[in-house]
Formats: sequence, C-alpha cells, structure tokens
Amino acid sequence: MKLSLRIWRQKDRNAPGRFVTYPVDGVMPEMSFLEMLDVLNEDLQTRGEEPVAFEHDCREGICGSCGFLIDGVPHGPRRHTTVCQLHMRFFKDGDALTLEPWRARAFPLVRDLVVDRSAFDRIIQAGGYITAPTGSAPDANAILVPKEAADTAFDAAACIGCGACVASCPNAAAMLFTAAKVAHLNSLPQGQPERDERTLNMVAAMGREVFGTCSNHGECEAVCPKGIPLEFIAALNRDVIRAAFRRRREPLHVLGAPHHPAHEDVRESNSAQKESST
Amino acid sequence: MSALPAETHATPKPEPVLDARIPAGPIEQKWDRCRFEMKLVNPANRRKHTIIIVGSGLAGAAAAATLGEQGYHVRCFTFHDTPRRAHSIAAQGGINAAKNYRNDGDSVSRLFKDTIKGGDFRAREANAYRLAQVSVDIIDQCVAQGVPFARDYGGLLETRSFGGVQVERTFYARGQTGQQLLLGAYQALEQQIAAGTVTMHPRTEMLDLVVVDGKARGIVTRDVQTGAIESHVADVVVLATGGYSNVFYLSTNAKASNCTAIWRAHRRGALFGNPCFTQIHPTCIPQSGEHQSKLTLMSESLRNDGRVWVPKKKGDMRRPGDIPESERDYYLERRYPSFGNLVPRDVASRAAKEVCDEGRGVGPGGHGVYLDFADAIGRLGLDDVRAKYGNLFEIYERITGDDAYSVPMRIYPAPHYTMGGLWVDYHLMSTIPGLFVAGEANFSDQGANRLGASALMQGLSDGYFILPATVPDYVATAAVDKVDASHPAFREAEEDVHRRTHALLKGDGRRTVDSFHRDLGRLMWDECGMARSDAGLRRALEKIPELRQEFHENVRVLGTGEELNQSLEKAGRVADFLELAELMCIDALHRTESCGGHFRVESQTTEGEARRDDANFCYSAAWEWTGSGQPPTLHKEPLQFEHVHLTQRSYK
Repeated sequence: MKLSLRIWRQKDRNAPGRFVTYPVDGVMPEMSFLEMLDVLNEDLQTRGEEPVAFEHDCREGICGSCGFLIDGVPHGPRRHTTVCQLHMRFFKDGDALTLEPWRARAFPLVRDLVVDRSAFDRIIQAGGYITAPTGSAPDANAILVPKEAADTAFDAAACIGCGACVASCPNAAAMLFTAAKVAHLNSLPQGQPERDERTLNMVAAMGREVFGTCSNHGECEAVCPKGIPLEFIAALNRDVIRAAFRRRREPLHVLGAPHHPAHEDVRESNSAQKESST
Repeated sequence: MSALPAETHATPKPEPVLDARIPAGPIEQKWDRCRFEMKLVNPANRRKHTIIIVGSGLAGAAAAATLGEQGYHVRCFTFHDTPRRAHSIAAQGGINAAKNYRNDGDSVSRLFKDTIKGGDFRAREANAYRLAQVSVDIIDQCVAQGVPFARDYGGLLETRSFGGVQVERTFYARGQTGQQLLLGAYQALEQQIAAGTVTMHPRTEMLDLVVVDGKARGIVTRDVQTGAIESHVADVVVLATGGYSNVFYLSTNAKASNCTAIWRAHRRGALFGNPCFTQIHPTCIPQSGEHQSKLTLMSESLRNDGRVWVPKKKGDMRRPGDIPESERDYYLERRYPSFGNLVPRDVASRAAKEVCDEGRGVGPGGHGVYLDFADAIGRLGLDDVRAKYGNLFEIYERITGDDAYSVPMRIYPAPHYTMGGLWVDYHLMSTIPGLFVAGEANFSDQGANRLGASALMQGLSDGYFILPATVPDYVATAAVDKVDASHPAFREAEEDVHRRTHALLKGDGRRTVDSFHRDLGRLMWDECGMARSDAGLRRALEKIPELRQEFHENVRVLGTGEELNQSLEKAGRVADFLELAELMCIDALHRTESCGGHFRVESQTTEGEARRDDANFCYSAAWEWTGSGQPPTLHKEPLQFEHVHLTQRSYK
C-alpha cells in the first residue's frame, strides 16, 4: 500500500508549527500504525531529515503513551483501539491521512505529535488514591467486596490515561478521566472514608489545570480506547452533589465556576497553519 | 572486552567468593532476625537523608511511596512522561501469594519450594523463602489500596493457577493485573508527591552512576526534553529499572525498556549476576514480518484452559479445524502428563521450538503452535471463557485479525524476562555500598527461570517491604560524608555523559540506530536464545565487537542534544546493549550446563531435557567489569540447598 500522510511538525512549544505531507510506500496490512510510522521515520533519517516525534512504549494498548489524531479522531477510526493496536489492514491503498497532536490548553505541545499530559498526574495527586500506608493493611479477605462493586471498580480502573477523552471533547474537559478514577475508588468499600474529600478535590484540580467543563457531548466515550462509559460522569456528578451536602464545606469552586476558561479558549488554535510538502 | 572471560584463560585468577549477608538461623526466622538486627533512623532525622530511586515501575514506585511515607527525602526518576507508563503495566496474568484461601494445600513453604524448583536450583534459598513469606502481605497491601482484584459472589478474592505449580495461588484483575498493581503503587506515589515527601523527575533519564569514596552517591541524568545534563546527589541510590530483554530487539518488553542504568552501574563497579539467564515466554503472538517492532505476549493464564498442539504429520497445511483429533499431537500433555499444558515456561518454550524444528510448526514460516480453546468452550461455555479471557482474545484479534473463539490461536516463544541483573546481597545491595537494586533489574530471587506471576510478586516485595527495611539500615550505619555536585567524581561523570552524547551525534554515518538494533537482536536470538552451543556463542562473540565498532563508526543520529531527540535516546541504549550482549554470551559460554532458561545443547538428557551440572555450576556467576577491551572477571556466590533437595526437575 501507498499512503500520503499530512503530519503536524513543530520543533517545540515556542516554534511555529505546520503540516508537512509525506508519502509512505511499502505499507503492509499486518503492520501496526506505529510500525508504519517507524518505516516513515527510517526513511526520513536515511534521507537526512529528522524523524517525526511521537510517544509510544508498550505497543500493546496498555501503557497509555501513544495517541494522536488521525483525521481528527483520537487513536483513529477503530473503536476501543489505541493507535499502537490499530493495524494497517483497516486502511486502503492511496489513503491520505492527517495526523496531529492532542490539542488542549491543559496539554501543552512538546514536539510534533508529543504533548505534556502531566495535568492528569496532578488530578490524581488531588485525591486519586486510597490512603493505606505500607504495612498497615488488614488481611485481604477481611474486606468483602461485592462482585458487582469489584467489577464496576475494574471497569473504571481500566483507564490508561492516554488523554483521548480530552482531545475529543469540544470543551477539552477531563471529566471522563477524572470520573473513571473517582468511580474506581468510590465504588469500593476501602474508598469510602475519603470519598467526599476525594471527589471535591479532584474536581477542583480539574479546574485548576484549565480543562474545560463537561457539556455531555459524549465524544469522550466514543473515542475511549478502553470503553470507559459515560455513566461514570453521571456518577461523578451525583458524588459531587452528595459530597457538597455532606461536607458543608466552603462554597464549591467546581462545576461551571467562572474561573474556568471559556470553551473557545481551551482549544489550541490551528489558525496559523501553513501547508507544505516534501 | 575481548572475546573470552578471564576464567578460561591459561592462568585463571583466584575467584573471589561473594558474601551475600544471609542471616544465620532457621530459614523461617532469617527475615525476622534480619529486620530485628537492622539499625533504625529516628523519624525526625529521616528527611535529612536523600534517597534516589531510578524507575517508577512496581519496585520503584512502591519503594518511593513507602520510603516517602517513612519520612525520607525521596527523588524518583523516570524517562517516561509519568510514572504510570512503566512497563510493569503490561503484565497480564496475575500475582502469586501463599494465602491458601483455596485450602488446596498451599503454604509459604510450598511457594518457596515451587520457586526454587521452578528456577532450576539457581536461586538463593533465603531470598526465595523471604519472597514467599512477604507474598501474603503484598496482597493485603494492594487490596487496602483499592486494587480491584477478581472476586467471587461472596465478595472474597478469586485465584487461578499458573505454570509450574499445582495449587491455585494466583490473584488477578482480569488480564490486566500488572496495570492495576502499578496504578495502586502509582497512586500511592502521587499521594506522596502531593505530600512533598517525594520529588518526581519525569522525562529524565539516568545516564551514569556516581561513586565517591567507594559508595554510590548520586546519578547523572539527561532531561529528555531540554537535553540538560545534571548531577543529583544522594545518600542512597536505588535502581529499579527493569530487565534487558530488548537486547533481542524483538521481545515482549516495551520499546524503551533498556539496560542503560544497570549497565552504567556495572561499569562503575557493580557486579553483574547471571547475565545469560533470560526467559523466553512460550505464548506470544508470532512475528508477522520484517517490519515487526515488538512481540505481544498472550498471558500464561491461557494455558489453564487452552490446549497446545501441532499436527502429527510434518508440513500438514490443512486448516486446524480440518485436522481430526487423531492426527493432532498435544505434545505437552503427552510428554508431561502431570503438569500438562501448565509446565514451566522454559520447558514449554523449548518443547514448542522442538516441534517447530521438526517441521510440524504451523502458520507462516512454520514458527507457531496452536493454543486451542475449543474444549474449554465446550466444557465451560462461550460466556465463561469470554469472562475469563475476553481481553486477551481481543488483543489477539486486534493484532492478527483472527477470532480465537472459532479458530485456535497461533503462538510462539519470545524473549520476555531476564532473571539476570545486577548482583545483590540479601539486603538487595549491590557490590557498590549504597547502591540497591530492585525488581527485574537485580539478579533476583528467580534463579534460572521465573515462574509465571512471580515478577509482580518480586517487584512489590522488593519495593514495599524489603528496601524500606534495608535502605534505612544502610542510612543508619554507613556514615556518608557530605558531598555536593561540584565533587570531582560528579564532574567527571558529567563530562563522560557529554562525551558519549556528542560522539553519537557527531557521526555522519549511513545506518539508523534501529538497523543496528535489529542486527544485534537477530544475532542474539540465533546464538544466545532458546538453545545455545559452544560454536554459536563463539561466533556471536566474534561478531558482537564488529557490530559494535560499526555502530560507533557508521550510526546516524540526526538533530541535536539540546531538544527532544528520540533517536539520540535510542542510540545511547543500543550502545549499551552492544556491550551487555557480549557479557551475556561470555556467561552463556562459561556455563556449560543447562539450567532453566539457559539451555546448552551439549548438556541435555536423552529425552532432550535440560541437564544441570551441580558439581561444577552450583553457584551464581557475578561478573566484574575490568575496563573496555578487557575480559571480565568471574566471581562466584556458591549456592547451598538445605531445604529443597537438589534434584533433576521433573514435570512428567
């Protein structure tokens, strides 16, 4: 197969970015999308051009490193599939594809298709854990966890932190990511003591990291490679209300609070794009 | 390094024997006794001590979180963008623990014995026993953190069985156990980061170890975004940087997994233990072409219900469904009736290689055997099989395009884990005082072959329980002097890193880094892979220095050192693999016995099983770096088996 790739090239955050079009030849259907990019990069390097930077590591769809937009869709066209697990048999000879990095203010660009997703770590720091100092745990079977709760917790905990949900959201919201962690921990008996605190703190952290607000588009669920369902967002909203009533804390700086950036501001602007080809 | 080890030269040097600091007393009491005898650090003084931890996988993240909790000033480094990306995340099947919740005869003693036997009697008894003891605490700890292990309808923990054992002691979270355990450790780590006890340094790669007055005192790193080379001073350095299976280029490891941290420490004086002990995992998706960048594992848990077979006839090209039962060879069940499809990994891998070498392999190139679920689906129903293994079948479908519910999977062995690593004593300290090594990066408790679901156990044991006891003892007793980054040893190490980086960038060669890595991988797979021979290893020892020389003369790395430069990162790692590969072959050549994953074709039983040579090789080999172009020196740690009798392994 022969493809034409229009790829976002940007040396660093401060340099201007632009699309560059590259032809790729000799693409085999059993290659993964990233192996196809390996071929392009080998080719670029032998020609003396710098390879396209993209993040990847396990190439098994579990580490969450990889991810970029293929024709505007995070991880490309196949449902429940990270880009490292997307194989070229789903494309056809002559396809022209556009690859760009996640675009959200909370994910500043590093280089080419690589962005900085450390905002996710800071949301976890705000409460995405159960306090359990090493050595203090009771016997594992002393905590009974109903199968349904364990299964729900697992479904939520399957999130790989890739950021596709943010990239697909018109508001660049991190609701699905945050809701998944809250649902994981809040549905377990071990997670109950810190439940309200966790919920409020993580939602507040989301705002601090300049993610947008959720307006229930559902794009995140559609592109999530792990199939994290939208219902966890509904559960998070319920937990926020529950926490607000139970905690009687300071006024909440959470949902829809004015310090959130307006929707149009949280998308990185693409207006300065320039086209060129090699 | 030259081709041959010092030992095989005409006048061998006396081999120093290593002291593993194994506590005296009965094996059941060694760890308690060790903990009691160790010195403590007053809580108010702990924050005055800096501990550097390199790596944020199970061992690194667990150690960083726990030592942070205790009050030490911890600095944790990873080249990833966040600690959650570490390759522990990809472990699928489960984690062993001697809980005996199943009441099926399990105990600490049995897990200990299984580990020693599974490792083909090349592991240290005291360490393996401690690992089995600590295993029960790990499960408690992980459950308390909210790891969503599988549960039964009564809310109790589920377990399943794994290779090389006859009890069900493997705890699991669907096929993503590593992910869930790592997220547990990662969350504990993030909590400590928020609390200010741990400083995280993401996208920062360790490129050298700094030794001052014989003690490990810090590291030199490169910020992979800006290229800044920096020194970091500490009282203790812990390496938890994983294994080196990527020396084979194609392996189940993540693309960035590498040996640089341990190799640099080795060059600074840490002995390297059993470098040739590598594990080839029997159930991986076969290679589909030359472009292949990595191999994907299919969890060993599949062997619980899947049956492994090949056609009885050579070159049988019929579709699997068209081959009648009577013309199939369920070779594992035939050869090993008592363990059947659940023999240990080394045995299963070799058996697969043998049937493929006989010309009975299936799929393109004949490099594959079937793993068939038809019987399991018939017995348990499709829904049950889907509930147990659904995500693994999905991975398989995604990569191959085949539906394994209707046609058998095709699998083939692939490099997966390295039992070898930096030599450590009972305290997990290397031969450099103050340098501790944990998880897969050390030469570990696994001997010559690791049992399934034991890597997660070892990583968390080292991280949550062993290091948090032994590191403080070192801090309390070592009396380290005050040094800062202006010390000549730091300056010299920084210079060295600059020099190596510039050397990689200045070349105007013609070949890419990956092309060298592929060549090295193919050579290692052919000559130092599943079957090793004297002649083959000698061939490899001739070719590796040539390849290394060509690499340094003809590699092409574009861009600069002052930016995100993924080719430069790769080049540094491949340069180190090119040195480690030689040591692996030297070790494999010197160990003329077969044991576990190390199979020397000259040493096998009449039935083709690995034959150990306990009279000559009942020791761990620890190699000392003696300088570039010099043969390494062999040190030995004799192994004593007082509790598990040295016997030829049998899984028949």
